[in-house]
Amino acid sequence: MTPAIDVRSVRKSFGGTAVLADLDLTVERGTVFALLGPNGAGKTTLINILSTLVRPDSGTASVDGHDVVRESLAVRRSIGLTGQSAAVDGVLTGAENIRMMARLSGLSPRQAKAREVDLLERFGLDDAGRKRAATYSGGMRRRLDLALSLVVTPSVLFLDEPTTGLDTRSRLALWDVIRSLRDEGTTVFLTTQYLEEADQLADRIAVLDRGVIVAQGTADELKRRTGGEVVELRGDADELLEEIPTDGTLSGLRRAIDELDARYDDGAVTLRKPSLDDVFLTLTGSADTSADKKELVRK
Amino acid sequence: MTTIAPARVALRPGTEELVFLGRSLRHSLRNAEALTMSILLPVMLMLLFTTVFGGAIDSTGGYVDYVVPGIILLCAGFGAASTAVDVATDMENGIMDRFRTMPIRSWAVLTGHVVASLVRNLVASVVVVGVGLLVGFRPNATPLEWMGALGIVALYILAITYLFAAIGLAAKSPAAANGYGFILLFLPYLSSAFVPVDTMPEWLRWISDHQPITPVIETIRGLLMGTELGTRPLWALAWIALILAISITWGAILFRRKAGRR
Ligand SMILES: Nc1ncnc2c1ncn2[C@@H]1O[C@H](COP(=O)(O)OP(=O)(O)OP(=O)(O)O)[C@@H](O)[C@H]1O
Ligand SMILES: [Mg+2]
Repeated sequence: MTPAIDVRSVRKSFGGTAVLADLDLTVERGTVFALLGPNGAGKTTLINILSTLVRPDSGTASVDGHDVVRESLAVRRSIGLTGQSAAVDGVLTGAENIRMMARLSGLSPRQAKAREVDLLERFGLDDAGRKRAATYSGGMRRRLDLALSLVVTPSVLFLDEPTTGLDTRSRLALWDVIRSLRDEGTTVFLTTQYLEEADQLADRIAVLDRGVIVAQGTADELKRRTGGEVVELRGDADELLEEIPTDGTLSGLRRAIDELDARYDDGAVTLRKPSLDDVFLTLTGSADTSADKKELVRK
Repeated sequence: MTTIAPARVALRPGTEELVFLGRSLRHSLRNAEALTMSILLPVMLMLLFTTVFGGAIDSTGGYVDYVVPGIILLCAGFGAASTAVDVATDMENGIMDRFRTMPIRSWAVLTGHVVASLVRNLVASVVVVGVGLLVGFRPNATPLEWMGALGIVALYILAITYLFAAIGLAAKSPAAANGYGFILLFLPYLSSAFVPVDTMPEWLRWISDHQPITPVIETIRGLLMGTELGTRPLWALAWIALILAISITWGAILFRRKAGRR
């Protein structure tokens, strides 16, 4: 079976600046794939190419087995998208937005009504359903936007920073939705700035930096790649006083502890595995602080 | 989900147009300012021209019979101009990106705006004629002539609405679209809408005789009041066809550029 998403040597520049440079990426069917990367890395650009909004300069990309350039109509039949910026009709109510999308997806008026009731409830918008979307709070608009891409079940769902601006309850609810979609066979491709989200949800993670995939794998694989344990020093109230990443060797560990010993009188030392945050900061090179600490430990 | 989401189904022909027409009509009904403008303005203009100017232009009181077709077209212009703003607003709105990632003809978004404008303006025209009848408008048309007049008004509204839709696509922002719209609204004043062309200076008369609105107005006048038609209906239809062809072609090119893949 063809993969859900297959990207080969895709390049894209805007005004002479390369945004995606020779990108290769494969996403297996029925998995959740998280794309991480700092602002401006090219995440949204990649989603725009895969969802047929933007044409790649060169290379090929296919979604659900269809070429995004030559078979864009077939791709559009397969996908759902909630982009980074709001894509709802502010003049219409939430309910009307959902019904409009349902009708445009070929559902009958009665089915559209059923979807309206179901999705408003699912996304905690029952009370707001009769109000114009322009009057919604940012998080409510976001939830409506997500509901609109689930009016019919897509075989590949793109979510560009889906939980940005959501409160904790809504975020957890969306995670549930994503998991149950995956269990029903939908492939979910999401970008996120919350590494915990990728850790919790994604079967595979890729880190994009300046248009290049700098690392790829499961959360555990990525954490292992970054190297050794992190030494944490916590105070009486269990507050974090200092954390120092080490290279995982015995002498590295000892240097880290000596370093802490020299600077603090007291405190509890713990050792933890690196988190995705550590991975992210190390890989994307914007990790000034952790790089400094590494320097310290190596001295 | 409580019920499993159904799968996408192929659309029946015309579904997009119908759904987007519903959307645009809802937009029209909820834009209180534009809605009152499109009903109140015709009524005010009608009263202004018949009671204030009318006496000076024709003291016998027959001016109302002359001016009703002109006011219908003037108001159609105002009503259609808001299409430029609607279209420009949509082009800036993220919802357009959502439509573009769906397997639908997104051009139908424009069709929805255009047909909604047609509906709005036909209602406004009925209001103008109604107020006209109240203040003494006495057409002598047969039902068939009424149908003909309605047809030509509808075609005219359609043509300038498409023109305004294209202007909305060309404009950089909704505010700019609003500005361009006003330029076109002066055309009726330079036609036979409010005074017969033979009262105008030579050069103005030439402009008036060679612009689209004069034959359209004279055709409506001929049908409703029994004035001489001549070749006017042909000129009117030719102008309308030309405006439609140019606007739709120009609009399609602009739409491809704006809503196509970048
Ligand atoms: N239409 C465009 N015209 C010019 N430059 C663009 C365009 N779209 C994106 N870019 C540039 O491409 C780069 C990548 O942008 P993109 O939106 O893909 O980043 P991102 O990874 O989604 O960032 P963020 O985390 O902030 O959403 C940026 O430098 C941006 O300025
Ligand atoms: Mg982005």
